[in-house]
Amino acid sequence: MPMTRREFIKFTGLGLAASSLGVLGFGASGVAQAAAVRPFKLTRATETRNTCTYCSVACGILIYSMGDRAKNARSNIIHIEGDPDHPVNRGTLCPKGSALLDIVHAPTRLRTPRYRQPGGTEFKDVSWDFALDRIARLMKEDRDQHFMTKNTAGTTVNRWTSTGMLAASAASSETAYLTWKVVRSLGMVVFDNQARV
Amino acid sequence: MTNTWQDIKNANVVLVMGGNAAEAHPCGFKWVIEAKIENGAKLVVVDPRFTRTASVADYYAPIRPGTDIAFLSGVIRYLLEKDAIQHEYVRAYTNAGLIVKDGFTFQEGLFSGYNEETHSYDRSSWDYELDKDGFAKSDDTWQDPRCVINLLKQHVSRYTPEMVSRICGTPQDKFLHICDLFASTAAPDKALTSLFALGWTQHSVGAQNIRTMAMIQLLLGNIGVAGGGMNALRGHSNIQGLTDIGLLSNQMPGYLNLPTDKETSFDEYMKTKLFKPLRQGQTSYWQNYRKFVVSLQKALYGDAATQDNNWAYDWLPKLDVPLYDIIKAFEMMNNGQMNGYICQGFNPQQAFPDRGKIRRGLSKLKFLVTMDPLDTETSRFWQNFGPQNPADSAQIQTEVFQLPTTCFAEENGSLVNSARWLQWHWKAADAPGDAMSDIWIMSGIFHRLREMYRKEGGAFPDPILNVTWKYTDPISPDPEELAKEMNGRALADLTDATTGAVATKAGTLLDGFAQLRDDGTTASGCWIFSGSFTEKGNQMARRDATDPREQGIAPNWAWAWPANRRILYNRASADPDGKPWNPAKPIISWNGSRWVGIDVPDYGPTVKPSDGVGPFIMNAEGMGRLFARDLMVDGPFPEHYEPLESPVENVLHPKVRSNPAARVFADDRAAFGSPKDFPYVATTYRLTEHFHYWTKHALINAILQPEEFVEIGEVLAKEKGIDQGGWVKVSSKRGVVVCKAYVTKRIKPLTVDGKATHVIGVPLHWGFTGQARKGYGANTLTPSVGDANTQTPEFKAFLVNVEKTSAPTT
Repeated sequence: MPMTRREFIKFTGLGLAASSLGVLGFGASGVAQAAAVRPFKLTRATETRNTCTYCSVACGILIYSMGDRAKNARSNIIHIEGDPDHPVNRGTLCPKGSALLDIVHAPTRLRTPRYRQPGGTEFKDVSWDFALDRIARLMKEDRDQHFMTKNTAGTTVNRWTSTGMLAASAASSETAYLTWKVVRSLGMVVFDNQARV
Repeated sequence: MTNTWQDIKNANVVLVMGGNAAEAHPCGFKWVIEAKIENGAKLVVVDPRFTRTASVADYYAPIRPGTDIAFLSGVIRYLLEKDAIQHEYVRAYTNAGLIVKDGFTFQEGLFSGYNEETHSYDRSSWDYELDKDGFAKSDDTWQDPRCVINLLKQHVSRYTPEMVSRICGTPQDKFLHICDLFASTAAPDKALTSLFALGWTQHSVGAQNIRTMAMIQLLLGNIGVAGGGMNALRGHSNIQGLTDIGLLSNQMPGYLNLPTDKETSFDEYMKTKLFKPLRQGQTSYWQNYRKFVVSLQKALYGDAATQDNNWAYDWLPKLDVPLYDIIKAFEMMNNGQMNGYICQGFNPQQAFPDRGKIRRGLSKLKFLVTMDPLDTETSRFWQNFGPQNPADSAQIQTEVFQLPTTCFAEENGSLVNSARWLQWHWKAADAPGDAMSDIWIMSGIFHRLREMYRKEGGAFPDPILNVTWKYTDPISPDPEELAKEMNGRALADLTDATTGAVATKAGTLLDGFAQLRDDGTTASGCWIFSGSFTEKGNQMARRDATDPREQGIAPNWAWAWPANRRILYNRASADPDGKPWNPAKPIISWNGSRWVGIDVPDYGPTVKPSDGVGPFIMNAEGMGRLFARDLMVDGPFPEHYEPLESPVENVLHPKVRSNPAARVFADDRAAFGSPKDFPYVATTYRLTEHFHYWTKHALINAILQPEEFVEIGEVLAKEKGIDQGGWVKVSSKRGVVVCKAYVTKRIKPLTVDGKATHVIGVPLHWGFTGQARKGYGANTLTPSVGDANTQTPEFKAFLVNVEKTSAPTT
């Protein structure tokens, strides 16, 4: 029987629901309800292929979101599971990957730029413009003051050591490349990423 | 990884040492189980703890943290003594027969050239004898006492089973049984795979741990073959990619070195990168270095990088020290030498050694910027969270910016996995609130700076004003455009060298790095990624999982660097005549006119076997190195040195106890404890329910493992009156952690040099933000010292004391 992946999910979803609900004594009505609810939830969702954000096994994942990507519809991620087509994880996920939905929707996800002033005891919300303007100004002041064009031997060295950066180990390669360009064009050498650990 | 995750299933013996794949890489570890079930493989685990990986092992042996080189050197001694090596492979493919300079010596724990004052070596004697043509002298009969294999034999002769047991605490019979299992894979058609992770890297001898195993793999003929290799499992989803793109102090994209002060001009820089072959007719692929650098400069600076300005060489910053790594950065901060720091998706307050020193360093900054999807401890280092973060906010003058970013589910882009696969992923939803992508934020900072330099001038604005930024949306460049820039394109019509015909038109995306030129007619932001996004489209987005012969290659799934090659050094999977060592699992073979097989040959596709070109084409001698020449700072052979904090003396050479080439800052040395005060060996690790300091923000994971604890063996617990689940105070010279004790059978005392030695397990995941209970974090205790080569901190072996205590009042 040829089956699309989505039909397969419906089919197995039904099977699993049938067996577990049956054991719990829900009988035929429970099975019917499960058959209606479980596949329905995913049928209406938009499926997006992605990669687990944790370790470097890089398990394929399927992210299901509500919202059809229409201009004014805001997508909401409702479910994440292993990608059965992926040649390494073949649909499985570990205790961390299985809980990806909780990291996407963690209550401690940051929503607004925040600023803490010298000696301050709390953060206050600020605008992106305030944050980026101030950061750029602080960087320029420090760079202009401490940038070294030549060393004591008179060799051109063009480096900046008084401001540094640590780069993200879960950021995309494209983010990494753009970050590299910015950092090195400024002459920064105190520069590392999580691979150092 | 040299090989792929699925390829593990082809192994006959799987060694997990320096890692705990069942818990830290569970979905990859399934391929080990596959090897056991389908291939009858034996799983060997060597670890201080009886981990979940050990629980499914065919054979487990305990080891004292920080003694892996002694163990593995003992294995080498055993293999050489029993002649259990793959002779033809070792003879043809390794530098076993090359002759080492007369000046090279090893005495009393030191190699020739040591300088006591600088704690470093003059490495000039660590090389081959050269003949009049500049080629390495060799003795293929291995009779010359100065050939590598004989020096190696002599070097490892001290690592007898008795000595291994005395240093490592591993019972001799267990050690010898494991030696036998290793030896079984010396047969040409048998393979052992080495799976390792931070259990090997996080030592003051980390790089040499890995080298020792790589040497074993060369001796057994297990590099380049199916089911073999050196497989670094790697920790984070794109830690491989960030390394590949050179986001490290001394690196540029594609493993090109950032220039140093000594390289005063582009020509001087290139002089040390000529990679003249050390044997006749060798490939020595790094001879193309200049093409990669010029193409990078063209990608970075476009028309502003010209032959006349040496491709804008002066615009690259130059290094005056080998590394401005993180340990050095925090040393500089503590010394008041740094004013600003930007942490993008990195949480050094928890992730770096000696948390007290990290907090004191951050407190001296003028400004700190964090970019993260989560509320990290680093962004709140200035806030008082009680004993877990005793900060005095009023005294800390640092301006802090906490910038909210998107997470993986909210952006397009590629990640590089441990098997070097570049896999594209797609955005599923917008980020919460006003969170923005790192690309948008970095661009925003850059545009503001560039505008200020344009209007106001300032220190050396040239590179800032000239860096290429020709993106359709300069405010938030499209990841696809950035990927294409890394892949590279032709800047002029490229003609075929023999026919003169135009082979590649100007503007075309390149098919691979073989097309790169050093005359400014090509641009490529990361040469090893060339081929990942071609005129045929985004190769990283490919999803054809077809796997020829089901051998674990899947060549059309995503794209692997370099050149979509899945098994590195795969020329070595065939014998010198081009016939596969293992006919049941061939990767490539010579068909009389070219190399054919299931993978892209790691070799010239039409280079004849009779040409004698070695399979290790990146190396100047074309061979795998049992002797590392001058490429490691702490010795061409590995040697056992005790961790900087160790309970025992170095029984091999009491005068040289720990790595003599380790860089130790004075204040860090003063913060090392002695075994008198801190008698127990501690080691840090992950739990399977958590990922670093992230998952404590995820509810399910916070429920699964809600609070900080340490693992203590039953014997020690009894001795110290510590109950299961009771409170303990764990202290090092640097700090104190108060948490619960998990009393376990999984850690047993080891007998080291006749003395009982206890190991304390310190899971690392806690902190003071997120949904799990508030904790200190393992790095409250760890020492601030790194591997001599890489400066990766020594988290895996240090000293602590443990005492029973009462529950904290808060």
